[in-house]
Amino acid sequence: MTKSELIERLAERFPQLVAKDAEFAVKMILDAMSGALSSGDRIEIRGFGSFALSYRPPRMGRNPKSGEKVRVPEKYVPHFKAGKELRERVDQLLP
Amino acid sequence: MTLTKAELADLLFEKVGLNKREAKDMVEAFFDEIRAALEAGNTVKLSGFGIFQLRDKPQRPGRNPKTGEEIPITARRVVTFHASQKLKAAVEQLGPPAIEE
Repeated sequence: MTKSELIERLAERFPQLVAKDAEFAVKMILDAMSGALSSGDRIEIRGFGSFALSYRPPRMGRNPKSGEKVRVPEKYVPHFKAGKELRERVDQLLP
Repeated sequence: MTLTKAELADLLFEKVGLNKREAKDMVEAFFDEIRAALEAGNTVKLSGFGIFQLRDKPQRPGRNPKTGEEIPITARRVVTFHASQKLKAAVEQLGPPAIEE
């Protein structure tokens, strides 16, 4: 499922709204989620999961082409942990 | 600060002009549709944000950390999330003081 398919489905679920509203809503939600993580905040969606940042300490890496040692600076990476409901619902499908 | 469904609904009420009921239902439906797609075994690609994928994990040996007893961890299907380049880049810019543990 892509973003545009998600927008279509939501537009179908909310026939009283104009289609643009579903599109705008999806963009607003995703922007707010990206914005929260980018400002160091967590996201907690009950029944779905949580997004948090994981810290990656600085390390010495190597330029794979030249073999030269380079210092890779510390950074944060987004991490998603599925909530109980999502975890259970997805797991049921296994043959 | 933690972003939750309540804040997202407030945002849709204020910025998109949905009424309070619709805003709450829309946020619920947004995550419900993603969950349903994953439950049906589909990947969910949200451009600019990231991708939710499914991974089938085989059974592997595990251990009860308390008793030390060996118990197999059963085969399972799990959801993984990969942030888009755009989101990764936005998050990487955070300096350490931005986060209080």
